[in-house]
Amino acid sequence: MSHHYLLPDISQPGKIGCSLPELDVAPAELPAGELLRREVGLPEVSEVELVRYFTALSKLNYGVDTGFYPLGSCTMKYNPKLHEDIVKLPGLASIHPYQPVESVQGALQLMFELQEYLAEITGMSATSLAPMAGAQGELTGILMVKAYHQNRGDKARRKILVPDSAHGTNPATSVMCGFETNAVPSDENGNLDFKSLESMMNEEVAGLTLTLPNTLGLFDPQILEISRLVHERGGLLIGDGANLNSVLGKVKFGELGVDCVQLNLHKTFSTPHGGGGPGSGPVCVQASLADFLPSPLVIKNGKGYTFTSPAKSIGRLGAAYGNFGVMVKAYAYIRSLGAEGLREVSENAVLNANYLKEKLKAYYHLPYDRTCMHEVVFSGKKQKEKGVKTLDIAKRLLDYGFHPPTVYFPLVVDEALMIEPTETESKATLDAYIDTMKEIAREAEEDPEILHTAPHNTPVRRLDEVKAAREPDLRWELGK
Amino acid sequence: MNPKEYKYTKEHEWICPESGNKGKIGITNFAQSHLGDIVFLDLPSPGTQVKQFEKIGEVESVKAVSEFFAPASGKVLEVNQAAIDEPKLVNEEPYGTGWMVRLELSDTAELDALMNSDEYDKFEAKAQEEG
Amino acid sequence: MPSPYLANNDADRQAMLRDIGVSSVEELFKDVPEKYRNANFKLPSPLSELELKEEMRQLSNRNANLEDYTCFLGAGYYRHFIPSVVGHITGRSEFYTAYTPYQAEVSQGTLQTIYEYQSLVCQLTGMEVSNAGMYDGSTAAAEAALMAWRITRKGKIAALSTVSPRYLRVIETYVSGHSIPLEKVEPNLDGLSADCACLVVQQPNFFGYFEDMAAYAQKAHGAGALLVAIVDPVSLGMFKSPADYGADIIVAEGQALGNPTSFGGPGLGIFTCRKDYLRQMPGRIVGKTVDVDGKPGYVLTMATREQHIRRERATSNICTNEALVALATAVYLATLGKEGLRQVAELCYHKAHYAASAIAKLEGYSLVFQQPFFEEFVVRCPVAPSQISDVLFKEGIIGGLDISDMIDNGMLFCVTEVNTKSEIDRLVEILGKFRGIKK
Repeated sequence: MSHHYLLPDISQPGKIGCSLPELDVAPAELPAGELLRREVGLPEVSEVELVRYFTALSKLNYGVDTGFYPLGSCTMKYNPKLHEDIVKLPGLASIHPYQPVESVQGALQLMFELQEYLAEITGMSATSLAPMAGAQGELTGILMVKAYHQNRGDKARRKILVPDSAHGTNPATSVMCGFETNAVPSDENGNLDFKSLESMMNEEVAGLTLTLPNTLGLFDPQILEISRLVHERGGLLIGDGANLNSVLGKVKFGELGVDCVQLNLHKTFSTPHGGGGPGSGPVCVQASLADFLPSPLVIKNGKGYTFTSPAKSIGRLGAAYGNFGVMVKAYAYIRSLGAEGLREVSENAVLNANYLKEKLKAYYHLPYDRTCMHEVVFSGKKQKEKGVKTLDIAKRLLDYGFHPPTVYFPLVVDEALMIEPTETESKATLDAYIDTMKEIAREAEEDPEILHTAPHNTPVRRLDEVKAAREPDLRWELGK
Repeated sequence: MNPKEYKYTKEHEWICPESGNKGKIGITNFAQSHLGDIVFLDLPSPGTQVKQFEKIGEVESVKAVSEFFAPASGKVLEVNQAAIDEPKLVNEEPYGTGWMVRLELSDTAELDALMNSDEYDKFEAKAQEEG
Repeated sequence: MPSPYLANNDADRQAMLRDIGVSSVEELFKDVPEKYRNANFKLPSPLSELELKEEMRQLSNRNANLEDYTCFLGAGYYRHFIPSVVGHITGRSEFYTAYTPYQAEVSQGTLQTIYEYQSLVCQLTGMEVSNAGMYDGSTAAAEAALMAWRITRKGKIAALSTVSPRYLRVIETYVSGHSIPLEKVEPNLDGLSADCACLVVQQPNFFGYFEDMAAYAQKAHGAGALLVAIVDPVSLGMFKSPADYGADIIVAEGQALGNPTSFGGPGLGIFTCRKDYLRQMPGRIVGKTVDVDGKPGYVLTMATREQHIRRERATSNICTNEALVALATAVYLATLGKEGLRQVAELCYHKAHYAASAIAKLEGYSLVFQQPFFEEFVVRCPVAPSQISDVLFKEGIIGGLDISDMIDNGMLFCVTEVNTKSEIDRLVEILGKFRGIKK
């Protein structure tokens, strides 16, 4: 039951999806003909047909509201409906970024308080809400590290160290800032190989990026030694806060020696993923980096709230102030939960992940058999011996009505399966998932063919990605 | 099987020497099978000077990008437009119709630094084991 | 009180702890250095749903919103009418609670709507390919400059001084990472230096008027540089696209197409370019293909440009594509369609020209630019714009943007299809009170 037609197929001349008012002023003269467009090549569809079309498309989708969505490193937790209502309040939705600041004191108050809350949650001094996504938050962090060293007059630090288990945005971001990246290997316990770090951390290194806990879902117990080593040798510890859900309301990154960290409001702070955005990636920093934060920051003075530009700001990241509509939801989340509620989030998230780990380790290879944090990484290598790949396992899960976990990441684990249940899932859901994974493990032994050809029950089955890449068809075209 | 008359690099490229100080280059069967279905070739334009072991292009599959290094120094004479138009040729006949670049070699002595087919057969077997 | 956002109760938790073989959750945090395991957090006490809703309502009421206030402010973010259909579609939780469509078999809704979005913006801009969206118009412009740098391998970016100052600052932030200089050039430039990767222009420009795109295309291409154009997407309902003049990359802020102003975010970076440059285009892309049964379907494609495969060699570090905002834009463009977008554009044009003529007739006021314009125009005021803004605000009107730092007593007004004749007349009446007042 997929949708084989597109807008041009239902477009007919003379139809429109919305009524518009008549012109209520005398029309002005039109400019020279060569400036004007003859016609706009858009489809013509009635409202009822549009609604049916998009409604049908929505039914082909699986969201958190549909079911379990244990994508590791994405934190697909439940999105509170209250937040969706709040963000539609006219004083939050219909305000212009360039209105006089006196006319948006409520918005500025929200941003100011959110800056404070995030700084408190991470144990840092200051926050910028400007980055519009995690990757832009990472960019901000690296640009600030660059500015910090330049400001010290230290031009030798051209490298950033990145763990080999890191997310692809980490090296990509460093290169965008003109740094060279060197990968630090992991040891056999899944922690950073300290000896390697010791040999690599020198006066050419601006900093070490570290996801805490790491992308294997493991908290590196060497964190204090790592922090001390990096700082002793003049570098900065750049945190990637993607996995904050594991220690939310329990651990402050700042206390562990992290100098700056970018957060993902669309992961940890419950804002919806939207099918791929919008997100928001605020950055929190220690006092030593506060002067370099992107512009503008919200401050409070005698007259109320206003914007200011940090003394040595790395500059503007966007034409306004960040994704305000996403900030509203994160703010509401923090106000709903309080310190106690945030702590319950991480405790339940970690409990759920460890439960899955215990129940599945007899069926799937567990590369690191130790306590995990909010996510657990398995390897499909036992099943690979039967000719079944992690991809096949993922596709078969779809037949059982589950969204698969993250697959093939991190790269350091062969046939990786990264499962992050989040705190908003019930034991009953986890048990159903466990039973399904056991069943799939059995199928891998007894009936691998059904896995190779999965999924069978979804609106479309496996798609030809090779054809898509070799013969790019990226749009339809209407006759001119 | 890897052709006997070709020479091979550690990065799984091959060069087939031709008369008149020329050579055809491509990627080996091992390389194409590991990349999977190839979707795009990024090759240097004719006239470009290349140096041995320097990166001169990229071979893309759906899930990976692999750098393509020159087995020998010289000048690019032509590229295989048929393979550019239909990258699957590289998968189907990596040593034949899936060749990629023809070079005019500047120093044929460089070929001594490469593996012959026996040496490459062993190298490939070891890589299979580890992969 | 148990949290409504946690689905386990104490009995569930006890059962799980037993199965794991630990007596308390604290034991699961043993890898965290003990001293730092349970920090103290100073945050306000939690509020129930009822209390929070009221608190947020009061916060909202402390802002002057554009439904209660008349608005003549644009400068990159526009109050256009949003048809009801848009919110009902984006409000479907299958769309907004979904993740990035990596598992294509259960994400055809997201993927097909992005394919529609890509098609619609190409139709709108006249360009050959589009990505799935970027953060906002300004970062799209910055990424376009970087893309031109990668394609031409030339070391400098040139941008017209008539481009939005904020956009220029964002481009500066991005190119500085690679130590690429950004040179501002004047509209009457003779030519570009040979080391320019691109010329960045805005059409209509920041001051609202149209410039000679053909001439810029010629100057850019003549110097071996690309032409990057930032457009007002609604203006394309009436005016020719820079694509018709040979632009290589066209970007825009998509907020104006079906999205609330939202204090400037989230926005949508529309990014389109010529087919030849497809492999250098950053961001996600959706492509059409077939499944094993031959059924048509959609997938994320050409991922080898992106960070999760190329890592250091990625075209950009971007991950997100503002999918939900792009969905709203797609629905908006489909809803208005060929005739509707033209009508909206014409309403904006005629109302803006009605306002401009009336203001120009006021003593002490003059229109600064004579070139053709769309919905925005600059007025030189008899007194400082800040004085005028204050009075307008007290009368329930948000005035134009104060640009007196660029043009003496300059104010940038914007009039859209939402402004009525009586609102415009009222604006003119109040402005008229300042005529003849000496500085």
